[in-house]
Amino acid sequence: MSRISTADAIRATGERALIGYLPVGFPDLATSVEAAVAIAEAGCTAIELGVPYSDPAMDGPVIQTATQAVLDRGFRLDELFEAIEAITARTSAPVLVMTYWNPVLRYGVDRFAERLAAAGGAGLITPDLTPENAAAWLAAADRHGLDRIFLAAPSSSDARLDAAIQASRGFVYTVSTMGTTGARDDVDRAARALSERIAERAAATGGEALRCVGLGISTPEQVRDVLEYADGAIVGSALVRALDEGGVPAVRALAASLAEGTLAPTERKGATA
Amino acid sequence: MTESQSKLREQHGPWFGEFGGVFMPEPLMAAIDELAACYDECKRDPEFQAEFAALSRGYTGRPSMLTEAKRLSEIAGARILLKREDLNHTGSHKINNVLGQALVARRLGKTRLIAETGAGQHGVATATAAALFGMECVVYMGEVDTERQALNVARMRLLGAQVVPVKTGSRTLKDAINEGLRDWVANVDSTHYLMGTVAGPHPFPEMVRDFHRAIGEEAREQTIALTGALPDAVLACVGGGSNAMGIFHAFLDDPGVRLIGLEAAGDGPTTERHALSIERGAPGLLHGMRTYLLQDDDGQTLESHSISAGLDYPGVGPEHAWLHDLGRAEYQPVSDAEAMDAFLALTRAEGIIPAIESAHAIAGAMRLAQESPGSTLLVSLSGRGDKDVATAGRWFGLLDEEAEQA
Repeated sequence: MSRISTADAIRATGERALIGYLPVGFPDLATSVEAAVAIAEAGCTAIELGVPYSDPAMDGPVIQTATQAVLDRGFRLDELFEAIEAITARTSAPVLVMTYWNPVLRYGVDRFAERLAAAGGAGLITPDLTPENAAAWLAAADRHGLDRIFLAAPSSSDARLDAAIQASRGFVYTVSTMGTTGARDDVDRAARALSERIAERAAATGGEALRCVGLGISTPEQVRDVLEYADGAIVGSALVRALDEGGVPAVRALAASLAEGTLAPTERKGATA
Repeated sequence: MTESQSKLREQHGPWFGEFGGVFMPEPLMAAIDELAACYDECKRDPEFQAEFAALSRGYTGRPSMLTEAKRLSEIAGARILLKREDLNHTGSHKINNVLGQALVARRLGKTRLIAETGAGQHGVATATAAALFGMECVVYMGEVDTERQALNVARMRLLGAQVVPVKTGSRTLKDAINEGLRDWVANVDSTHYLMGTVAGPHPFPEMVRDFHRAIGEEAREQTIALTGALPDAVLACVGGGSNAMGIFHAFLDDPGVRLIGLEAAGDGPTTERHALSIERGAPGLLHGMRTYLLQDDDGQTLESHSISAGLDYPGVGPEHAWLHDLGRAEYQPVSDAEAMDAFLALTRAEGIIPAIESAHAIAGAMRLAQESPGSTLLVSLSGRGDKDVATAGRWFGLLDEEAEQA
């Protein structure tokens, strides 16, 4: 199957993408593959496959509990590549891997990139690797034609935003984790302001940056709100919880429901003001 | 001293050779940058340094004494000098760093301190500083450690801190750090993460070392005053490595002085239950730094094991990793059993009950004394053992049945 790049997949939705996160191997390898295929069929533009890691400092309790269970049964990195092969054989949606950096470093950056590309993976999202430490990965991504997605945060300086925009290929992961304890309105404001800043910074250098927002989005309404100011919405914990509680049917149903939030206002049935 | 020799002591972050750096999620980078810039100012600000010195003198009780352990020296066969960080307020060296960082936090306008703790010494010290500075305090502690250090949990709560038992991962120190980082991400505007050792992203390794530097500076002068010469070796236990960096630093450019860090070997250096990050680990990333790390082939951090909660950490400060690779410092294993023998030896010979962490350094000194009889060994007695009485009581079978079950 010929692969579509992450950016092209987002553009194909009219910049109204839905990206679903699931940990590889949860609750077991076969089910995690089924779940990933199911959310792609239900309307996810791209799949973000999380690599279980012993010290996931950026993950909340739902994802952490799930990935710990995968580690406890003896997860190995080989399973990641197996899963990507199985998923990409059945869906054309790009499969991005979300991984902390030490597993990649230990595996060998170029070896990891080569194997990821061979398995049909689209690229990496790297939560604890910032562009200033990414020289080896940038080169490997170029060599193997992989997307590389770096994070931007509300607290990021303009210079840091510029670095994230420049280093990213696919989209810029627009996070609003500063607001986990804040009111929802504040979170919205922070994400919206950040998304606009990224667009401005990109335009100032004559470029363009796709922005996908991940901030604890769990309902179609929230997806719709985010897509007012961003090109994609990323849903994680809600999908993991659905998979945990109701298996593949539940995660498929949630993805389908979230996908309704991606419909442009004119496409929506019975849209209310 | 030649110029090239003076370089070791002048080394500063973010990199110690190929170790250290800043490997943190983007949402924390602004806070890290702000902290690094603020600490750079503090280093050069005489007012800051004067305030820190005044607190060290008037609150911690610096300088700490140097005690010649005469009876232990006779048993061991070498001259053993103890740098008495156990006599500091709160009972360990940890208070040095905590007061320094609390001053930095206040300068940054932060009103809330969070910390990780293993044995509870750093948590107690942080809770103490929070009380002294009128700040809110939350301490993350692995659930396993809250059980083996119940008294320190009560001490922190008495001081007004909230103690959060961490139930994730291996439920020990490394997981407490992860939980602290999660809190920091969410509350970075109001909160300073008060890292308790010379680990983590820059500027922590350099800053924490600097706040502990007085240990070695005082001990160097005190040793010369007492013996008329430099010691033959300086020994300290190494978990993250803060007391060791503190006492080593003044001696880095004294090439005749051996620097020996004692890592916790748990069940033994040839078993799989140990905390020998340098001897058995490989370079990797943990908690924002590149350092020696216990990890498997997939880059998953392995659990460490030690009877001493304060040494039960699968990584080590990057400056130690660098000193190891340079060959300037040596790192040797001390098993639980060797540490407990030394714990009892010091207690019975000198009437000084050491922290089990510090007992690893005593064990290293007693071993070295056999290799180098008659030498002068400076040992960092980094903490007192009150917190370890229950563990030691169980180890030596000194508890009545009733107390055993309690």
